[in-house]
Amino acid sequence: MAVRRQNRLQPKLDAAEARLAATSLPEGGVWITEARNQALARLRTTGLPNARDEYWKYTRPDTLVQPEPVAAALYRPDEKTIFADLDRLHLTFVDGVLDVAASDPRALDGVEIQTLADAAAADIHWAREVYGVLEARGQDPVERPLAALNTAVATEGLAIRVTGKAARPIQLTYLQSAPDSDAMIHHVIRLEPGAELTVLENGPAAARLTQVIEVEVADGAAFHHIRAQGRTHERRAATHIFARLGRESAFKSFTLTANGALTRNDVVIEFTGDDALAHVAGAALGDGSDRTGFHHDDTIFITHDALNCESRQVFKKVLRNGATGVFQGKILVRKGAQKTDGYQISQALLLDGDSQFLAKPELEIYADDVACSHGSTSGAIDEDALFYLRSRGVPEGPATDLLILAFVAEAIDEIDDPAIAAALLERLESWLSRHRG
Amino acid sequence: MLEIKNLHVKLEEEDKQILKGVDLSVESGKVHAIMGPNGSGKSTLSYVLSGRGGYVVTDGSATLDGIDLLEMEPEARAAAGLFLAFQYPVEIPGVGNMTFLRTAVNAQRKARGEAEMSSTEFLKEVRAKAKTLKIDAEMLKRPVNVGFSGGEKKRNEILQMAMLEPKMCILDETDSGLDVDAMKLVADGVNALRDAGRAFLVITHYQRLLDHIRPDVVHIMASGRIVKTGGPELALEVENNGYADILAEEA
Repeated sequence: MAVRRQNRLQPKLDAAEARLAATSLPEGGVWITEARNQALARLRTTGLPNARDEYWKYTRPDTLVQPEPVAAALYRPDEKTIFADLDRLHLTFVDGVLDVAASDPRALDGVEIQTLADAAAADIHWAREVYGVLEARGQDPVERPLAALNTAVATEGLAIRVTGKAARPIQLTYLQSAPDSDAMIHHVIRLEPGAELTVLENGPAAARLTQVIEVEVADGAAFHHIRAQGRTHERRAATHIFARLGRESAFKSFTLTANGALTRNDVVIEFTGDDALAHVAGAALGDGSDRTGFHHDDTIFITHDALNCESRQVFKKVLRNGATGVFQGKILVRKGAQKTDGYQISQALLLDGDSQFLAKPELEIYADDVACSHGSTSGAIDEDALFYLRSRGVPEGPATDLLILAFVAEAIDEIDDPAIAAALLERLESWLSRHRG
Repeated sequence: MLEIKNLHVKLEEEDKQILKGVDLSVESGKVHAIMGPNGSGKSTLSYVLSGRGGYVVTDGSATLDGIDLLEMEPEARAAAGLFLAFQYPVEIPGVGNMTFLRTAVNAQRKARGEAEMSSTEFLKEVRAKAKTLKIDAEMLKRPVNVGFSGGEKKRNEILQMAMLEPKMCILDETDSGLDVDAMKLVADGVNALRDAGRAFLVITHYQRLLDHIRPDVVHIMASGRIVKTGGPELALEVENNGYADILAEEA
């Protein structure tokens, strides 16, 4: 038995060593060196994922794992940056590296924004209570080795500490400039009690992006995260959000994904204080006939370990021409987490017979006074509705778009800010107009 | 305006002939009614004219102002001025009624090479027309037909008709599921649209609706054919004696 396990583990360990051999291990202050060494130890225990892993059955990790990224041709649609009309603090990364010259000064009332490098240079820093800590907690019971790898080697990213209510959101634009770029970004964010912050992310970052965001949301604090993932057709991304939520805190995250050869978005949330809420939502639109196809995977793990917390997972996927969508969503309610309200819905609209949706909804409940529900559906466009629209003069293409938008609406509705929702809707509509039929 | 000649239609999925030679001519400014027992092909006729899939035309023709309807996509028929008020209006969750109406109005205008309606102009018009049909602002905001009562759905059909201003209106059992008050409201909506340049084809089982929407011509349809044509008195005859007498007479 032990021998067999060893045999299955060995290729994963080899893959980790191969990847590390192609990466330089960074220097830093005492606290981060310790965190990085611990992450390295985690990585060397699990190895990197392969297709035999339970949570990688539907998504082949090869191109995310291999030492060199697969090149991705640049995609620069002729349009302005999303959220450009919002009053926000704008920071730009190019190939995963902060471009100070192209970024706003990092000054925002109630918010300290440091580069990870600056935070790492210190011997003692607040970030040591978060960096690698939430990621490590998120490795159990499902290992996330690409996140451990990121914690071990990342040098780029931000350390953001929020002490008040941020007057403006922070927008992070990730540009790609080199076709073979390989970005490793790690943000560490702490919201002190009662603090509020919205982070907007957009852009592909690189041919391959491996990202970790760790967010500590203290009592009464609120964190909003909106992401418009890069529309570069050939890019690949493995992103992770690890959040720990205190009493009466709120965490809301929405991701719009259009295009991308391969996207794996992991969200791992842990409720540690009572009366908190977490909403995670996403809309993904993919056309499999794009140069390298479309494969999108949302893997969510929400652990309720406190009283009276509410979690919602709302994921919609629109798939055409052989695109693949994956949803693996879990609600774990620990013993004693009474009055938990957990909701999970994942739905796919398959616009043809070649596309597929693979869903693995999971509920694991050890408390007896909870309300948890989940649902998963996949279906085609409603022909009756389509005919109804056409009979009123709306041509087939726009009528189909209208029905697609209606399908996605439930996820978009999760966004509180109307201006942000409008910006994402505009993106969605422009994608639809370019990918008709 | 609407000319149907020797129209033969079968189901696409099975070898079943539904319409077996329908001849019908509806002139501009007139209201024609089609009555007939269940399964006579009335609703099929309305679907085939509006372009719903699932039917195959095996013979005959249907033209609107001389233009061949049967070769056109449903949206092109709509833009050409054909409108079908559905027997069962479809619910479309997630699409707001206003968005739907405005998209439809402007799509038709665009197809005809006309300028789109501005949002203020549209709002003004839709509010005025909704008011006469007793459709409140709340109903306009809701998703298309979702959570609407039977009467609300039918009123919503008439509102669409009023906004789209078609030349040829087909009403497929618009009276089904309506109480007397709702029927009167719907009939008033239809009557307000009666115009020298517009024609109606009212499909119904009962005389009741025709008390409110007075037809010029009444047709009796049976077994996929128009078997008898007459004036409004024909509807009364059906009401009093049922279809059996007429059908026996024609057989």
